[in-house]
Amino acid sequence: MARSSAAEGPAGENLSSIPSALPANLVEFIEVEKTYAGHVIAVRRLDLVVRRGEFLTFLGPSGSGKTTTLNMLAGFERPTRGTIMLEGRSVDRLPPYERNIGMVFQNYALFPHMSVAENVAFPLSVRKVEKRDMSARVRRALEMVRLEAFSERRPAQLSGGQQQRVALARALVYQPSLVLMDEPLGALDKKLREHMQIELKQLHDQLGITVVYVTHDQSEALTMSDRVAVFESGALAQIGEPDALYKEPANAFVANFIGENNTLEGTIEQASKSSCVVRLRDNSRVKATPIGVMVPGDPTKLTIRPEQIRLAEPGSDEDTCLEGTVEGRIYLGDHQRLLLRLANGQELTVKIGADAGFQPGMPLRLAWSTADCRAFPASP
Amino acid sequence: MSENRAPIISAEPRLPCGTAALAGVSAVSLRAKLRRLMPLHEEMRALTLAVPLLALLIVSFGVPIIALLSRAVYDPSIVNALPRTAEALQHLSAADPPGDDVFAALEADLKQDQAKGSIFEFAKSLNSRLSGARSQVLKTARLLAGGAAFSKSELVAAVPFWGEKETWSTIRGGAHGFTSFYLLSALDLRWGADGLTSVPAGEAVFLRVFARTFMVAALVTLATLALGFPLAYLISNLPPTLANLVLVLVLLPFWTSILVRTAAWTVLLQKFGLLNDALIALGIATERLELMYSRLGLVIAMTHIQLPFTLLPIYSVMRSIPPSQLRAAHSLGARPLTAFRRVYLPQALPGVMAGCLLTFILCLGYYITPALIGGASDQLISNFIANYVNVDLNWEMAAALSFMLLTFTLLLYAAFARFLGLDRFKLV
Repeated sequence: MARSSAAEGPAGENLSSIPSALPANLVEFIEVEKTYAGHVIAVRRLDLVVRRGEFLTFLGPSGSGKTTTLNMLAGFERPTRGTIMLEGRSVDRLPPYERNIGMVFQNYALFPHMSVAENVAFPLSVRKVEKRDMSARVRRALEMVRLEAFSERRPAQLSGGQQQRVALARALVYQPSLVLMDEPLGALDKKLREHMQIELKQLHDQLGITVVYVTHDQSEALTMSDRVAVFESGALAQIGEPDALYKEPANAFVANFIGENNTLEGTIEQASKSSCVVRLRDNSRVKATPIGVMVPGDPTKLTIRPEQIRLAEPGSDEDTCLEGTVEGRIYLGDHQRLLLRLANGQELTVKIGADAGFQPGMPLRLAWSTADCRAFPASP
Repeated sequence: MSENRAPIISAEPRLPCGTAALAGVSAVSLRAKLRRLMPLHEEMRALTLAVPLLALLIVSFGVPIIALLSRAVYDPSIVNALPRTAEALQHLSAADPPGDDVFAALEADLKQDQAKGSIFEFAKSLNSRLSGARSQVLKTARLLAGGAAFSKSELVAAVPFWGEKETWSTIRGGAHGFTSFYLLSALDLRWGADGLTSVPAGEAVFLRVFARTFMVAALVTLATLALGFPLAYLISNLPPTLANLVLVLVLLPFWTSILVRTAAWTVLLQKFGLLNDALIALGIATERLELMYSRLGLVIAMTHIQLPFTLLPIYSVMRSIPPSQLRAAHSLGARPLTAFRRVYLPQALPGVMAGCLLTFILCLGYYITPALIGGASDQLISNFIANYVNVDLNWEMAAALSFMLLTFTLLLYAAFARFLGLDRFKLV
């Protein structure tokens, strides 16, 4: 975290001197559960820590509970069970307006009847900040998002990206220690979104604030976050740094949700702690690294990333070798992607160097190392 | 958004009903926007589609209204009955007393009217402008019918009525056919021998009725707002299925004839009616209230009828305010009341204004409900207009009162439109 640069940050003066005595965990979810109408489970038994100063992303498909979790943290919804701690004390009875958390909404939620400057001044004016101080802070916040020239405009007169930046300035102007963002870039086009991702990340580094960010876009999560929490149907599937999630997914869901993966189904034949032999549908056998405890006879899902599959040298002795036929080829300049059909009928995508030429119908021998192929227990 | 609505508020198709003046506030900018949106020939094509409606409006709405309203300022009954007198008066200034030539013309005119049998009509119409004139005219006509010729002094001696200033200023007022008499009367004013004066306190009635009409309209508007605003807020925050149900309950009476609803209220408001029974049973009132034929009963019934008109524009605006607005305000540190006042209310205001204006203007024209539920002192201006049309057959006075009502209404609308900006109006 580039906290040393916070002193230069326009709105970061007071944040640069965070006393070291503060606990490292800004937020703690302790066995938090949220159910609707008694039986619809939105979030199940969530234990989660947000570290001070980090950029944490809640990633998951829609309906996975990530937004509900964010809303509970913001105070818009109450946990059915469990406790949320903010700065070391429970906020279960604290209404949203007393939590001092900044929030950026998906549709920006700018106030249409106020000018840009009035929007940004709103959180200061409800805090009864003195007038002169207020206008200076509004100006600094608008400078921070490079919108100082637009202060008299109405939100409707701004582009989507500009509105987004106003919402950001409004959520940061009162220097909350925690800022929540609910899919803030969802409504922007791809190019602007990528630009805003960099800008957001820079602001985070500059100001030393803690950000909890919600998105369903895994590339967005991977590029921006210090840590990513992957949600699946109301439960936390895995939390960790982006490369850890990619390299060592803890379950089949994360393996498939983060990055691209091939999935093969089979049955465990032999299992030890570090490796196992899996029989595929056509009785061919592959070696894999087991994740979790499995015994022979268990159904399993194998995952192998397209870039970790290579062509087997003729006559070489590989851990795993499979026969396949080329069905299609996409040339992408720096690499090419082959769509293969295995002898057992399953499909496999392979990412391979651009030099070699392949024709549909060509038979290929594929290989990968045991460490790259992960066997997960298949949920029935 | 305003672009989309531009063709709808475009003044052209509504010109005949006289609303062009209303649109005047933003007509220029609208026209400019319209021109940018569609070239002239497309606009003309669009207008062609509206031609049947335009024709219907002109024939069934514009022409009759203009014809009726013109009666407020054009009343040829005096000049028709006294053509020679009117001619002779042309040469006199208002200050000069009429001379022998005028009296000679008057005698000739009256004799002719008597012969034609139109003297009664003239006597009646003069009487409507000058009370007591009827018998005087008929008496003079009888005198003249004897065949004898009267000089000015002889006629004045026989019928002193003809020597009074008031008489001649009244005749002079009607001598052109065009008259300000009815319009001034609608405001309790009179252009008498000594200039513009208020009518005597005993005859003054219309200013009081106008004030009463505006008062009742304002009371009903406030009552519907007080009931409708919280209800609209509730409905806009309910889950959709429940919201639809409540909305249907609100609208159900809306689909019933106003006459039926008014009749229902006459049952409820009776001295021994349901409402009084309920009040007594609940111990709220110790004795039965006079709700029928009272201002209170009238306001209650009108409030019930008008509630959907106020509620629907408010609801439609509230529904368009996303829930994230209040959430954002809360997350930024605004307490519920502050968030409501500074974020929600300003955004709901155009709907509130539109709903209130709609109800207020509709209340100004209420007729059936005050006629059936209001007492003698609760009759609104429409009841007077109806009385002049149906009972007194004084269409000139009815036209003048209608004109004044229309003018007040338009002024009010223009003031609101200017205050809020026409584009910010949101009707259902």
